Amino acid sequence: MNKEKQLFTISVYTENNIGLLNRISAIFQRRHINIESLNISPSEIEGVAKFTIVVHMTEEDVKKIIGQIEKQVEVIKAYYHNDEETIYQISGLFKIKSKLLFEEPQIQNIVKESNARIVTVNKDFFVLEKSGKKEEVVALYNQLSVFGIMQYTRSGRVAITKEEMKISELLETYNN
Amino acid sequence: METQTIKNQEKAAKVIERISGSEAIVRCLIAEDVKIIYGYPGGAIMPVYDELYKYQDKIHHVLTRHEQGATHSAQGFARISGKVGVAIATSGPGATNLITGIADAQIDSTPMVCITGQVPSHLLGSDAFQETDIVGISTPVTKWNCQVTRAADIPAALAKAFYIARSGRPGPVLVDITKDAQFEEFDFSYEKCTKVRSYVPIPKTVTGTLEAAAKIINAARKPLIVWGQGVVLSEAEEQFKAFVEKAGIPAAWTILGASALPTSHPLNVGMLGMHGNYAPNKLTNECDVLIAIGMRFDDRVTGKLDEYARQAKVIHFEIDPAEIDKNVKTDVAVLGDAKATLDAILPLINTNSHKEWHQQFKDLYEIEYEKVIKGDLYPTKEGLTMGEVIKEINIQSKGDAAIVTDVGQHQMIACRYAEFNKTKSNITSGGLGTMGFGLPAAIGAKMAAPDREVVSISGDGGYQMTIQELGTIFQQKAAVKIVVLNNDFLGMVRQWQQLFFEKRYASTEMVNPNFVAIAEGYYIKAKKVTKREELAGAVKEMMESKEAYFLEVCVEKEGNVFPMVPSGASVSEIRLA
Repeated sequence: MNKEKQLFTISVYTENNIGLLNRISAIFQRRHINIESLNISPSEIEGVAKFTIVVHMTEEDVKKIIGQIEKQVEVIKAYYHNDEETIYQISGLFKIKSKLLFEEPQIQNIVKESNARIVTVNKDFFVLEKSGKKEEVVALYNQLSVFGIMQYTRSGRVAITKEEMKISELLETYNN
Repeated sequence: METQTIKNQEKAAKVIERISGSEAIVRCLIAEDVKIIYGYPGGAIMPVYDELYKYQDKIHHVLTRHEQGATHSAQGFARISGKVGVAIATSGPGATNLITGIADAQIDSTPMVCITGQVPSHLLGSDAFQETDIVGISTPVTKWNCQVTRAADIPAALAKAFYIARSGRPGPVLVDITKDAQFEEFDFSYEKCTKVRSYVPIPKTVTGTLEAAAKIINAARKPLIVWGQGVVLSEAEEQFKAFVEKAGIPAAWTILGASALPTSHPLNVGMLGMHGNYAPNKLTNECDVLIAIGMRFDDRVTGKLDEYARQAKVIHFEIDPAEIDKNVKTDVAVLGDAKATLDAILPLINTNSHKEWHQQFKDLYEIEYEKVIKGDLYPTKEGLTMGEVIKEINIQSKGDAAIVTDVGQHQMIACRYAEFNKTKSNITSGGLGTMGFGLPAAIGAKMAAPDREVVSISGDGGYQMTIQELGTIFQQKAAVKIVVLNNDFLGMVRQWQQLFFEKRYASTEMVNPNFVAIAEGYYIKAKKVTKREELAGAVKEMMESKEAYFLEVCVEKEGNVFPMVPSGASVSEIRLA
C-alpha cells in the first residue's frame, strides 16, 4: 500500500443527524489530521446526507479512518478516492470595487480569460464567481489580489466519483 | 350498545396511556426489563425521580454517593450479567460526573444506557443554571447519544438507546432529556427497537474466510490463541472451549478475556501483555500462527508493534471491522460474532494436540514459577505480598468468586493469580485504567448476582477515589467483600519511578487514614491485617461473612509486579525481575 501522503476525497453517506458532524470531525481530531476541506449536502438519495471531506494522508491511515467513520451508528457508508478517481470542483467568490473595472482595464481581460462569472454589479462593487479546480481559483485570486480584493472566500470541495457508489442498493439490503 | 361500551373502554384505556415524558421514561425502562438503576437526583431530573418513587415496586433505584459511582455500578452490573446497565443523573455537574464511567464503558465495550436531565428546551444554549452540553461532551466517548426535547420522542430514543447499547460490539449510549419534555404529556406506546437502518451490528462473515482460516490453523505447527472479551460478550465460552480443545492450541487471555476459559484448563497458558505471564508473551514472537479472537491488540498487550509476532500468520476473529488491521496486520479476518464464527469453523478444524509446542509453555512457566510466582504466593520474607492475599481468597472462594479490581499493582496481581471457574468473573477497568472503578463496580456486580460471592480488591490509592460508595454499600446492604491492599503508595507509579525515574518518588507516597475506622463509620464490619499469621483467618472470616466486610491488608511497601514488558519494548523482552 502507498505509504506516501496524498490528497484523498472521503465521501460519507449518512442519516441526517444533528450531532454527526461533531462525531465525524472528532475522529480526525483524535488522530491529529487536518481537514483540508469539508462540504455537507444532500445526496442523490432522499433523506441521505453526504459529507465530502478532503484530507492529506497515507492510504493506510485513510483506511483506518474509514473504519472509524463507518463504525458510527448513523453512517451508512464511507468511501475514499484519490484525485484521479474523482471529478471535483470548488467555487470561489471575489468582491471587488466597481471603479477598478474602469481604473484597471486589465481586470476585464482577467475576468474574460478566467471564465469567471459576474454574479452581481452595483456602483460600489461587483462579485465574481469562479468554479473549477482549487489551483484555478487560487490563480485567479493571485491575479486579482494585486488590484485589491474587498472580500474573498472559497468553498469546500464537492466531488463525484467515477466509480459507482451503490448506496441505494445498500440501503435496500439494510431495509430488508 | 356493546360496541359503544368497547369504544368507551378503548377511550378509557387511551386516557390512561396519556402520560408525562418522565413517566414514559420509567415505563420504557420497565419495558426493557430493567429492574435496578443507579443514579443521583437533581433539579433537571426531578420529574423522573418523582415517577421512580411511584414505580419503586418495579424498579429499584440505587442512590450512589457520586454520579461516577453510578456509572461504575452500572458497569459492574452489566459485566457480570451481560445485561444493559443503567445510570441516571441530573444536568450539568451530574451529567459531567458520568463521563469517566462512560469513557470506561466505551473502551471496554460495556453495554450501558445513561439518562441525563437537561434544562428546559427554551433555555438550551443560554448558559442556564446547571446547563452543560452533555451531548457534545459525551460524543467522543459514547457509541451513540442524542438529546430529546419533546415527550413524544422519548420512547423511540430510549428503544434505540437500549438496542444500540447491547447489540453488536456493545457500548455506552447517552440520552439527554430536557425538563419540559419530562413534564409534557403525550400518548405513550412502546415498541422495542430491532434495527437501525444505517447500523450493522454484526458484519457478515466474508465467504471463504472461515475455510482460509481453518486451512492455516490446520497447517500450523506452533499456533497460539489470544482471546479477549469478545468471547465473553458474545457468550461464546462453550464454542471457544470446544475450538481450543479440538485444535489443541495453547490459549492466552487479555485482561478482559480472563475467566472465559477456566484458569485450571490445561490449555489456558495465562495472561498476555505488560504484566502477563512469561510463556505467552515470549512465545508470541515464536508462534507460526496467531489466532486472535475477540480482542483488539491493545498496546498493553502487544508492546512494541514493530516487533510483535512478525513471524506469524495472523487470523483475527472480530465483530468490529474497524479493528481489522488497526494495529496488527491480519492475513485472514473472520468477521462476525465469535459464537457463530467459532461454531462454523469447528467442523473444519482437525483434531490436534501440539504436545511439543505446549511443552514449551510449560517449561517457561516453570522458569516464571521459580523466579516470580513462588515468591509472590509463598513468600519467605517478612512483608506480606499482594499475591499471598489473592492465594488466600482463592482457597476460600474455590475459584467461584467474582473478582472486581481497581487499577494498579493489585489489579495486575489479582488478575495474574485469581482462579476462575466461571465466566464473567473478572471485572476490571482494562482499557481506560480508571482508578476508583472497583468499589462501585463491585456494588453493581453484587446486586446483579446476589447469589455470587463478589470480592472487591483495591489499592489504597484507587480505593480513596470512590471511597464514598461505602455509603451505598451500607444503605443497600450489599454484601460486598472489600479488600484493600495497602502499601501506602500509589504502587504502580512508584514501581515505574523506581525502574525508570531513578527512585524519585514524586507524589506517590500516601499518608493514609484509619481505613478500618472509616468502614466502621459506615457500620461495615472491618479488620486490619499486618502479619502473615493473621491473614488466612481474616480472609476466611471475611469470606464467611453474610454481610459486607472490609479487610485491610498492609503489604510490603515497595513490592513490584513482575514479569514486566517495559513500555515500548517487545513482548519477547519481558523481564522477570
